[in-house]
Amino acid sequence: MRLRMLGATFLLALREIRRHLLRSFLTTLGIIIGVAAVITMVTLGRGLTANVQEDIAGLGSNVFIVFPESVEERQPAPFDDMDVAAVERQIPGVVNAAGSSQTPAVAFHNGQDWSTTVQGADAAFFAAQSIEVVEGRGFSQRESERGESVCILGPKIVDEIFVEDAVLGETMRVGNVSCLVVGVIDERSNAVGGGQDADDVVLMPLKTVQRRFTGGTNIQFFVVKYDDSYTSASIQQQLIDLLRERRVIQEGEANDFNIVDTADINDTVNNVTGTMTAVVTVIAAISLLVGGIGIMNIMLVSVTERTREIGIRLAIGALAKEVRLQFLTEAVVLCCFGGLIGILLAFGLSITLASAIDLPFLFDPTVNIISFLFSAAMGMIFGYYPAHQASKLDPIDALRHE
Amino acid sequence: MSEAPLIQLEGITKTFGTGPAAFQALKGVDLSIERGDFVAIMGPSGSGKSTTMNILGCLDTPTSGIFRFRNVEVQSLSRDQRSLLRRRYLGFVFQGFNLLARTTALENVELPLLYRGESKKARREAAERSLDKVGLLPWAGHTPAELSGGQQQRVAIARALVSDPDVLLADEPTGNLDTERSIEIMELLRDLSRSGITVLMVTHEEEMAEFARTIVHFRDGLVQRVVEGKRREVAE
Repeated sequence: MRLRMLGATFLLALREIRRHLLRSFLTTLGIIIGVAAVITMVTLGRGLTANVQEDIAGLGSNVFIVFPESVEERQPAPFDDMDVAAVERQIPGVVNAAGSSQTPAVAFHNGQDWSTTVQGADAAFFAAQSIEVVEGRGFSQRESERGESVCILGPKIVDEIFVEDAVLGETMRVGNVSCLVVGVIDERSNAVGGGQDADDVVLMPLKTVQRRFTGGTNIQFFVVKYDDSYTSASIQQQLIDLLRERRVIQEGEANDFNIVDTADINDTVNNVTGTMTAVVTVIAAISLLVGGIGIMNIMLVSVTERTREIGIRLAIGALAKEVRLQFLTEAVVLCCFGGLIGILLAFGLSITLASAIDLPFLFDPTVNIISFLFSAAMGMIFGYYPAHQASKLDPIDALRHE
Repeated sequence: MSEAPLIQLEGITKTFGTGPAAFQALKGVDLSIERGDFVAIMGPSGSGKSTTMNILGCLDTPTSGIFRFRNVEVQSLSRDQRSLLRRRYLGFVFQGFNLLARTTALENVELPLLYRGESKKARREAAERSLDKVGLLPWAGHTPAELSGGQQQRVAIARALVSDPDVLLADEPTGNLDTERSIEIMELLRDLSRSGITVLMVTHEEEMAEFARTIVHFRDGLVQRVVEGKRREVAE
């Protein structure tokens, strides 16, 4: 019996909304905008976080990146192979350490040339940085130890100067060095080592790069991968102690190197997206509040307009709570529609914006459901007072109302 | 031996407002109405007939006095209890018809059953039966705007009848109708009273009051006299 009443009340609410379609739409605009804003921002925030996390995963997890840093404008000493070997040998918990060096170079093939970067890297560096060889193979130990002229190409190089399908087994020239292409790496969105495109790179064994391009045994930076049963802080401290000792830094002097923890980057990104979400939530809350007041206003108008109808309903025996339920249902249904439209709008907006700023679109059911329930709650909160007013009307006065 | 009257008013007073602006609309009304009676309540405006009607319709409560309906003392009931009483035992017909606009005749008639929690099917069937009784079944799908005044009032009567009430209260039911339509409505009310429904009607038209069995004249907040009506018949 209750249910029948509720069903009939629901249909009645739908009919009232249809009767004043434009008014209903304008009334719910606040709710629509609020809901759309929250969902869009949360969805984009998730996409951004996922994007950054993917990038960081590209840097490897449980990985430090160590590079020299000038102190008071003094040029710091570069790291070399010995430093990397020491870190790997002397710090318990370090799985491996791998140096890298890079330099600009021009790549030639088939009469075409392309300015790019040549980077020295061996198997350990590939592993620490999660660089995947998707075609061909990685460098063999023998190639690395002997500094042979072999290279692995970033996908961009392949696109730019290799017109034919065959890439593996081709010989190309990089600067003055002729090398054999043995592999192609996966597309990466970003990687360490400057702002250049991570896909626009020619990788060679570190020894080859040192010998043929940079000279000596220096490296520009190195990565340290550690066992995740050790804490980041303990490894970092040992790293600092060891490097200070090797670089003969006196007590009280600053480190002339920098250690970047990929986990820190992750935290920073999470903080930024968290702050962004909080700001948007506040804006949305204000928008929803304004929307709710709009709902209350229009429901009060509706009660006044329909005073006679209320009088008729009361006269034929409607209870106060039944009249209240009717108007409350109307407000809730109105807000639910607003919520639904907001969700649809957010869906379209998120997809469009995500593709425009090159973020993945990650649908979040939770925020959608919560937003919808929140809209319904707005209807209840702001619909209650007008509904209560309606239920308190005196049937005799209401019937006389013009 | 004799059954208690369906409706009993004893010393009913009603005062509106307070202080010097207070106005006593009823000054001690005593009245008994038997089951199945057709009562016309007459009197000049301000005589208290509408106030009495509101009290009889359980829409309003007296300031003092006793109002017994089916041996229940209505004056001490709560607002919702009076709503339930109206829902179960009373049907209303108003001067201004008071149908829901943009709602079909059938849906208007179904309305009281909605509050009784009847199923959709039962509501539909009862509403169609009721519309048939007032001869408006063919107009079931029309909205009030598409019906004449007389038809609207008959829809209102169908709505009042649909819940099978004991008492039909009609406040100036012919006030907005021409004579011909008025007479049709009066005949309908008379037929209903013959079928056992108690009909209470406020009117200021002598001609309409003639259809009633009992005529109650109000004056200055008191029952002036109660006379037997002419139970007028209209030649076919």
